[in-house]
Amino acid sequence: MKYTPVIGLEVHVELKTNSKMFCSCSADYFGQKPNTHTCPVCLGLPGALPVPNQKAIEWCVMIGKSLGCDTPLFSKFDRKNYFYPDLAKGYQISQYDEPFCVNGTIKLKSGKVIRIRRVHMEEDTGKLIHEGNISLIDFNRSGVPLVEIVTEPDFENALEVKEYLQKLQQIVRYLDVSNADMEKGNMRLEPNISLADSQLRIANSKNHKPSAISYLPPYKVEVKNINSFRFVEKAINFEIERQEKILESGKTPVQETRGWDEKKNQTVSQRVKEEANDYRYFPEPDIPPIRWTKEQLAQIQSQMPELPDEKFERFQKDFGLSDYDAEILTREKETADYFEEAVLVSKNKVLPKTIANWMINKKVDSQQTLPAALIIQISLTSQTSPTDEKELGKLIDEVFSQNEKAIDDYKNGKESAIMYLVGQVMKSSNQKLNAQTVKEKIIHKIKE
Amino acid sequence: MKIDVSHVAKLANLPLSKEEKDKFEKQLDETLEYVNQLEEIDTKNVEPTSQVTGLENVTREDIAAPSLPQEQALKNSKSTYNGFFKVKAILDES
Amino acid sequence: MNLNQLTIKQAKDGLLNKEFSSVELTKACLDRIKTVDEKINAFVTVTEKEALADAKAADDRLANGDDASLLGIPLSIKDNFCTENVRTTASSHVLDDFIPPYDATVVTKLKDAGMVLIGKTNLDAWAHGSSTETSDFGTTKNPWNTGHLPGGSSGGAAASIAADEVIAAIGSETAGSIRQPADWCGVVGLKPTYGRVSRSGVIAMASSLDSPGPITKRVEDAALILQVLAGQDKFDATTSPLAPDNYLKNLNKPISGLKIGVSDEYFDGVTDQVREKVMDAIKVVEKLGAKIVKIKLFPPKYTIAVYTILQRSEVSSNLARYDGIRYGNDRSFFGDEAKRRIMLGTYALSAGYYDQYYKKAQKVRTVIINDFNDAFKNVDLILAPTNPWTALPVGASKESPMYGEMADALVEPSSIAGLPGINVPCGLSKDDLPIGFQLIGPQFSESLILNAAHKYEQERQFFTNKPNL
Ligand SMILES: [Mg+2]
Ligand SMILES: [Zn+2]
Repeated sequence: MKYTPVIGLEVHVELKTNSKMFCSCSADYFGQKPNTHTCPVCLGLPGALPVPNQKAIEWCVMIGKSLGCDTPLFSKFDRKNYFYPDLAKGYQISQYDEPFCVNGTIKLKSGKVIRIRRVHMEEDTGKLIHEGNISLIDFNRSGVPLVEIVTEPDFENALEVKEYLQKLQQIVRYLDVSNADMEKGNMRLEPNISLADSQLRIANSKNHKPSAISYLPPYKVEVKNINSFRFVEKAINFEIERQEKILESGKTPVQETRGWDEKKNQTVSQRVKEEANDYRYFPEPDIPPIRWTKEQLAQIQSQMPELPDEKFERFQKDFGLSDYDAEILTREKETADYFEEAVLVSKNKVLPKTIANWMINKKVDSQQTLPAALIIQISLTSQTSPTDEKELGKLIDEVFSQNEKAIDDYKNGKESAIMYLVGQVMKSSNQKLNAQTVKEKIIHKIKE
Repeated sequence: MKIDVSHVAKLANLPLSKEEKDKFEKQLDETLEYVNQLEEIDTKNVEPTSQVTGLENVTREDIAAPSLPQEQALKNSKSTYNGFFKVKAILDES
Repeated sequence: MNLNQLTIKQAKDGLLNKEFSSVELTKACLDRIKTVDEKINAFVTVTEKEALADAKAADDRLANGDDASLLGIPLSIKDNFCTENVRTTASSHVLDDFIPPYDATVVTKLKDAGMVLIGKTNLDAWAHGSSTETSDFGTTKNPWNTGHLPGGSSGGAAASIAADEVIAAIGSETAGSIRQPADWCGVVGLKPTYGRVSRSGVIAMASSLDSPGPITKRVEDAALILQVLAGQDKFDATTSPLAPDNYLKNLNKPISGLKIGVSDEYFDGVTDQVREKVMDAIKVVEKLGAKIVKIKLFPPKYTIAVYTILQRSEVSSNLARYDGIRYGNDRSFFGDEAKRRIMLGTYALSAGYYDQYYKKAQKVRTVIINDFNDAFKNVDLILAPTNPWTALPVGASKESPMYGEMADALVEPSSIAGLPGINVPCGLSKDDLPIGFQLIGPQFSESLILNAAHKYEQERQFFTNKPNL
């Protein structure tokens, strides 16, 4: 390809705290009557002052940590000054040069690393509704805590962007700090897209780390108003095509903000900026800075749950699950928790792999069926072949010869290793074996 | 030094007449000339101070409290509609 | 003596001894306002009906033995403090008809202490100025000579005290707005340490400097009000968690041995008359046993530049919310002074100039703070003229865009450093205009400042002088 897309991403995630970022209005504004969740602070009344929400700050740090960010000990809020009718104070309280988190990464399945430049804390604006020649404003959303996650321009296609977004969504849901529901606007994305000359790019990146961008095009196009993963893919592909055509004709695309128009299925120019935005950032005088102790940061870390990647690996290792199964079961934390609960109540009488199969293939409704009920169901339906002791012994010996480490692990007290071995034996048989029998036999053999 | 008054007025969202622009240009230049005296002060190894209290880590607990009733929120506005604040259409959105 | 001329202390004693009622006291103030405010224009809004109702309620509470510290005392509040259901304008047409749905913390505290709110006083629009001439509701006149300015921005507050329209007043100071008008009107004005009194609900001018405080007839009254106002506020993250002192306890302590610094830099450009009266005051302080120590402070002329940049930058951001959508009128309603400040502040923060102006000013701010810290290693308090001149004639502020800064040259350094200071009247000029001096102390030294000011006041008794209105 003649051009290589250069794509960066800004994602805004709304936190599901009880109260707003700088006042005690309820942050649960969705679907509420307009302007019923406001106070002097979030309406920007004269004299009202912001006082930051401790929980929101901690959650921002959690998100940063789960993306592998550094969390500097000193941080502060800044004012970002600009005018828009939905911006109550005429400035947004955000973070400029000293955000809570910097330098993180997300690793894609391909092994490619997307670098995260920063994760910072800010506040949401009110909501504008356009009706013909008037616009209506609802300030219920004004001041809801918002975490902004900014990547380096490391993406080269829409699929990478989509995978990144899914991972990010999964992580914040695991942390239980946001519903990350795109349709409700809990998670909002702004990709910036440009095309680089592939030759130039390769030539320039030779001396650098593979993901380091050393050649950036002299323009970039930002796309807003995207409220689903599907649209982000479409919008990026549309832009790549549009910009390619312009470049082919010998011109440079205009640096601008475009919006995704879901009716026309295309991006449309939103405003041609006559002059660069000048946000006139300066330190927020109303809020004293934040200085962490190492202990405080460790304390936040200790409150974080196991993250999807770790869980994925553990499910494979401990339960003998395939990539595919582990991926599906860890996609949502609730599913993963359900699975683990089922494994626990099965008391090793049913193979984890069998539970996984049931959950994935029979689409178990976790709302209707308790894990214990699922295990009973499985036990009742599982008709196992009568055991041929000799055949089984042979299978076990074979599996033992290839899995000495698992045996050692078991001998060293790692109970879960046994289930792995059971799984291997079951897999190597062309008959449906009774897991409990296999397990007993394995234990017996190890003790021999 | 000359301030680009039109540019600054745009950033500041201030509608200024031609007369005002001319007047302010002169006065602002005068003020800038005065404040340029600061260049005489050596601040090489000096950290900036943005707050004098020395306070740090002042936050509130995440507890929600009642908001203003809708009519209180809207009562000072000159232009409302169905519980919303109303403005003329924002031109640069689609 | 008329009731409206009383100090808080005297009025409280009278109320507690049932010599008169709060309604009578309030009526005396309202009558005085009716007689003189046409000449003075100290008030933007007089809340007669509410005041009388509050006074009646206070009398009932007094009858029940309630002894809240300001119960039944009529107070004026500067019109940049939000007062629930009472129009609050900041003396700007932008807020012509703004009725706040909430009280500033200061107002809440005063109400809890039992005050009777008599009205909202005039100021320079948005507190931008030192004259009240930028008010969209007309200039306030100096009660000592109505051809002269009262100073500002709390000019209405200071005039309301000098003219005995009310028992005590609440003002706010960013740099000089309490001390300077108090000086020109011959009354007491206390600017507390930044962070000692909550800014919540005070229409922001320069957020890193704004300090609400009392303007009173006597030092003792200022202490009494500070006692009510001081303390941490959950609505203002910049208020200090330090427990307030008992400000009344030490008022009468002897000040012998107190080391008071005097710096020549603060007498630069000061008129002969002012210099003479302040030197007299220094002699009185010495007579009371204090030790005068020569010190050298950072030249105020640079602090004018620092203040100009910091204040205008913060102003440009603080006034951004006035877009006429949720309340008030649109941005075309700003007066010249506000527009000028917004423009300069916007410029100073804009791309390419931030380091040269805003950041540089913040660095010099550090230099000024360090300079004061060094000074306070050797002295307990600093004494200086509050203002280089006595009250200027009406119209004087319109000549220079830097008028306010020049008038405030001697109060700006301590404001920039967040320090407390008080204006104490010390004499009259040949043409009968008041002259005062200021005492500046380290952060949270209000107790000591009030003590020294009170001792001087009781010795000199300037308060026996009253303007002829
Ligand atoms: Mg943002
Ligand atoms: Zn609120």
